[in-house]
Amino acid sequence: MARLRVSVHKFSSCDGCQLALLNRVEEVMRLADRVAFVHFAELGYVNPDAPVDVAFVEGSVSTPEEVMRIRELRKNARTLVTIGACATAGGIQALRNLQADGRAWVAALYPSPEHVSLLGTSHAISRYVAVDLELWGCPVDSRQVFSAIQALALGVMPINPRDSVCMACKREGNVCVLVAHGAPCMGPVTRSGCGALCPRFGRACYACYGPSEQVNGLALTQRLASLGLDPDAIARRFLSINNAAGPFTEAGLRARASQ
Amino acid sequence: MSRPRRPQPARRGRRAMREISVKVPLLARVEGEGALALKVRDGVIETLQLRIFEPPRLFEKLLEGRSFEEVPDIVARICGICPVAYQMSACHAIEGILGLAPGPWVRRMRRLFYCGEWIESHSLHIHLLAAPDFLGYPNALEMAKAHPEIMRRGLALQGLGNDLIGLLGGRSVHPVGARIGGFYHAPEEAPVRALRERLEAATEDAKALVSWVASLPLPSTEQVFECVSLRHADEYPMNEGRIVSDQGLDLAPADFEAEFEERQASYSTALHCLHRGKPYLVGPLARLNLNFDRLPPSVAEHARASGIAFPSYNPFHSIMARAVEVHCAIVEAAALLDRYEVPAQPFAVPSPRPGVGFGCTEAPRGILWHRYELDSGGRVLRARIVPPTSQNQARIEEDLRTELAALGADSTDEALRLRAEAVIRNYDPCISCATHFLNLEVART
Repeated sequence: MARLRVSVHKFSSCDGCQLALLNRVEEVMRLADRVAFVHFAELGYVNPDAPVDVAFVEGSVSTPEEVMRIRELRKNARTLVTIGACATAGGIQALRNLQADGRAWVAALYPSPEHVSLLGTSHAISRYVAVDLELWGCPVDSRQVFSAIQALALGVMPINPRDSVCMACKREGNVCVLVAHGAPCMGPVTRSGCGALCPRFGRACYACYGPSEQVNGLALTQRLASLGLDPDAIARRFLSINNAAGPFTEAGLRARASQ
Repeated sequence: MSRPRRPQPARRGRRAMREISVKVPLLARVEGEGALALKVRDGVIETLQLRIFEPPRLFEKLLEGRSFEEVPDIVARICGICPVAYQMSACHAIEGILGLAPGPWVRRMRRLFYCGEWIESHSLHIHLLAAPDFLGYPNALEMAKAHPEIMRRGLALQGLGNDLIGLLGGRSVHPVGARIGGFYHAPEEAPVRALRERLEAATEDAKALVSWVASLPLPSTEQVFECVSLRHADEYPMNEGRIVSDQGLDLAPADFEAEFEERQASYSTALHCLHRGKPYLVGPLARLNLNFDRLPPSVAEHARASGIAFPSYNPFHSIMARAVEVHCAIVEAAALLDRYEVPAQPFAVPSPRPGVGFGCTEAPRGILWHRYELDSGGRVLRARIVPPTSQNQARIEEDLRTELAALGADSTDEALRLRAEAVIRNYDPCISCATHFLNLEVART
């Protein structure tokens, strides 16, 4: 059986999602009879324009050069998979999209902003090209990425759970931090996949895995308000790492407008 | 090193002016993306520019208006490889404003957290990014075929570092455990005991790593540069200390801006930070050069016996400094867990108050300086972050100029490229960290 040709590409990001693979190099090596890495610069494979079966994309599109690069990449990839909050929802850097002029932030930080080629917006990959599979999380978990590679090597689309962190807490037997401790937990609207890490540590989930299925933003907003959070604090809970994910943008802006 | 210049009329038209410009991603095996542009005239390097293409994500602006409690989770996202460093610099800066003293348990656990990040980041760099250069392999997977035991040992150390971060943070990339005032959760005794045993076993691996790195065919060169790091009264520096250099600098983190300034180059999105207008070095080699006497005795003794003497002004010895620091972090982490007790509460409770605060800690790649200004409600009014990579960038260019001239600028493109990549990798530039900031009033020259 021919090996699955895989590439890993970086756009605007922190490199953390590539660590899902780089922190598990022994497992990467065990994939060698089924998977061939064609491009993965951080691991030493440089061949960005080669056609591949599966391209994993980390990072958001935030420069004119990245707009062109993602379009070329789409032509070369049979299956395109986004990994992480940046590639899937624009990342925390998409907060500048909510400014009247996103480029104003560049001018505030650089003495010569004209030398910084940066769009006023940071968008998910899906804003520019069709995406076949989106793996959420800031960062993605190694298990998500390896399961996806294994499934795609077998020729099937991976299972991509969309249930909420609440479901994960119930499965793990965690005490509910919202009900028991009044913590402003985002678990009810956040996709599972992290292993309910924050509630397990007794802290409120901060929604780094993005929206789950059937987000009820209004109900959670009311619950957070009843805990004593002011509208801006509620808005910031939604407008954080996955601020540009539709249901979160909507809930966050609605909370902010209610001030 | 200058080379004799002879007129070569017959070849002039063809190669007197040779422009070598290698585009993204020239730099395989670095974190983030960059490229190097060289102009060579008559065999002499005329201009050399390390171009960093990493798109800035403007963290200093997006932090404005956020609550102080959110800052550790937000700044972690600047770098997936050293999120702990960002969290620690931010915690120290903000606790300075709030007048919060988290106490000895938190202090010890933060040091443990940092040990985990050094072990993880350094082991990743040594084995996956740097060593293939010195042994002549294109990447770590090829190297692993010829040196399976070395790679297995390196990956096990990397895994141990990740698990130490996970003990306190829940996960090693963007850990969720750290908060202003301490940690959300205190580890139970059973996982602590298990890690303590693994650290014990890993001490021998770390010693073997140091000996192995010392045996690598590292190029010999000696350069002149200023080393800058933290220095603590009695510890190898991680979370605390004064900023010192081997040229007499000695200042509190709050005074950083009086000595260091950032400039923007038109060809790069990373600002260059200079000390009184000159390049300087931060990171493991600078730290070890300035703090060899602060290593645990067993670590210092083994480093001395390995045959590479510190202080060293050979930038290729950075990989050796990383190996020594892995050993140091393992010995320190084991000692920190020896005295482990589950505390009544793993954090001090913060309450907002306005002010300006500074934090400077030793990220794996060097000093990471933060400054925050909070309002009376604890909201961020202004933030400034100076990561190690922007501090090392001018030094990297200076090193490249020296090493490529020594190699001979009329060498083949391939030879220049390989040497340049090896030079750049010594600094382990975390280009993703080259976010950026900078005050508008900073002068350009």
